[in-house]
Amino acid sequence: MVTTTEKMIGNYPDERGHFGPYGGLFVSETLMDPLEELRKAYQRFMQDEAFLKELDEDLKHYVGRPSPIYHAKRWSEELNGAQIYLKREDLNHTGAHKVNNTVGQALLARHMGKTRIIAETGAGQHGVASATVAARLGLECVVYMGAVDIARQEANVYRMRLLGAEVRSVESGSKTLKDALNEAMRDWVTNVDNTFYIIGTVAGPHPYPAMVRDFQAVIGREARRQMPEQAGRQPDALVACVGGGSNAIGLFYPYLDDREVAIYGVEAAGSGLDSGQHAAPLCAGKPGVLHGNRTYLMEDKDGQIIETHSISAGLDYPGVGPEHAWLKDTGRANYVAVTDQEALAAFHDLTRIEGIIPALESSHALAYAAKLAQTMRRDQIVLVNLSGRGDKDMHTVAAQEGLKI
Amino acid sequence: MSMLKEKFAQLRQQQKTALVPFITAGDPLPEITVDLMQDLVAGGADMIELGIPFSDPMADGPVIQRASERALEYHVSLRDVLEMVSRFRQMDRETPVVLMGYLNPIEIMGYQIFAEQAAEAGVDGVLVVDLPPEEGQEFQQTLQQHGLDQIYLVAPTSTAARIERICELSGGFVYYVSVKGVTGASHLDIKSLDEKLKQIRENTDLPVGVGFGIKDAETAAAVSQVADAVVVGSALVSRVEALADQPEKIGAALRELLSNMRQAMDNAVHK
Repeated sequence: MVTTTEKMIGNYPDERGHFGPYGGLFVSETLMDPLEELRKAYQRFMQDEAFLKELDEDLKHYVGRPSPIYHAKRWSEELNGAQIYLKREDLNHTGAHKVNNTVGQALLARHMGKTRIIAETGAGQHGVASATVAARLGLECVVYMGAVDIARQEANVYRMRLLGAEVRSVESGSKTLKDALNEAMRDWVTNVDNTFYIIGTVAGPHPYPAMVRDFQAVIGREARRQMPEQAGRQPDALVACVGGGSNAIGLFYPYLDDREVAIYGVEAAGSGLDSGQHAAPLCAGKPGVLHGNRTYLMEDKDGQIIETHSISAGLDYPGVGPEHAWLKDTGRANYVAVTDQEALAAFHDLTRIEGIIPALESSHALAYAAKLAQTMRRDQIVLVNLSGRGDKDMHTVAAQEGLKI
Repeated sequence: MSMLKEKFAQLRQQQKTALVPFITAGDPLPEITVDLMQDLVAGGADMIELGIPFSDPMADGPVIQRASERALEYHVSLRDVLEMVSRFRQMDRETPVVLMGYLNPIEIMGYQIFAEQAAEAGVDGVLVVDLPPEEGQEFQQTLQQHGLDQIYLVAPTSTAARIERICELSGGFVYYVSVKGVTGASHLDIKSLDEKLKQIRENTDLPVGVGFGIKDAETAAAVSQVADAVVVGSALVSRVEALADQPEKIGAALRELLSNMRQAMDNAVHK
């Protein structure tokens, strides 16, 4: 473990996108210049007051920010441990944190003069969030989605189509999120002149991990302001689920230099880490290169990427954002994993005790937060990022009980 | 002198353009790859590009991706690919072999071990699609220590500054990606190709190969008038795919396709 005591905010990544040994730019030559163009535009607009004002207005009036923080009193009482607070990203327009990023990137696309948006999606949340902003800005939108995911997320596919997006089914490889990402990259390389690729998570080649983080960091900035007002102080621990890791980094980033705040990222242990049927590269994978960056991966002994498993389509990804890889190695954040069954139990608990139906992704964070809270004092605080609402997961949960809806 | 360099010098003397076929190692059956490589030489190949199968070939089109998938059904690993090259080398000491693939399988083996074993197997050059010069320094040094050429791509989107830098770092030859897109993409435009090649040649004396989008003998002949090497991939791999159920017929089909290209190229009025 590398222990770093230096200031982390503002120091990572370096100019070429490195978080320590992770991140970087591992793409074919054709994409090098478009990525450089994107990096420059991004850098310019993030210092452009008019752009930032427009972004703030959109986040306020279109997304509905700031999202509230809610004290889950009854659940905390029942757990008889630390007080659990929820950052309510599920209350955003479109029902998850994903829209924070798509609003930002779509605005950037428009300022760069791009007329066509492409995106990849797993559970469909990022696809919906992309289709939404494309509709609003009048941009053409194509969403790549694995055939397997299309079958298990019909409702979101229909939402995207209603919003005017074209959903293209990806039949290659494992037909899930990673293959959708490959296909979107291929589209981008072919149509790079008029097309903006909105990546939905903090992975991919530089500048995506940094750019998506910066658009999502509004979550943590708000929380840092809201917690003292609401709870009288900052939390003792942060908990968020990690697939690619965008909601997690959004909450964690503004707190990185508050060393007294413990940080926990929760991966999907699927049927259990020992079963091999999981999606937990940080807990059980090793470093490698995929989708434009170096990070922890689920891979076999030959370096082939292996298929992942999670009950939650949004966590079903064999890689993870490079900044999380770096936070793991430096010891600044802890990465843990919870199983499908543990996540489902937390899903039911929050629904019945607090009247909030969480997304299955977020349920992983809730499950770990419940465990953690029980090891803490009642006057301590755990802040969980409730990254999305569970409406999209009704059929998955019902299927667990043998019901078809 | 590296075998690639020697081969290009020889071709230049004969006023010929190199014909460089690409196939994926292990596609459709691992046990016939070495035979297919010999068929390629018999069909007129001057050097061979051998693809290392990868689960997520982001820069390739559907044809070459499916080739990887077929090979991976047999779990063809990088070690297996090196073993194939080594067997080919025992029968053919003159045809340079360039490995083409993605970084992850190489990284998991380790740069040092890979370079050692590749050199020992008789590999001449290595092209790692997702390793641009910015990230490739350590790998390049390791290859150089073992006498292997690192081949870099130049793309239609490469700026003048990038072209200059890539040319400085390249060994063996410079590989120009002739279309914006993935392998097997649409037809290319010879006139703009010619201009781009002139720009590349202002920066280097290395031979310049052209690939992506060369589908038939006619295009190969046209490209051969402006390039030093013509790389043909998806067109061949499509043949392999069509005959995947009759593997005994693949060798003859590849020989035929290549010799048509060879003939068309040699008949074309030379630059």
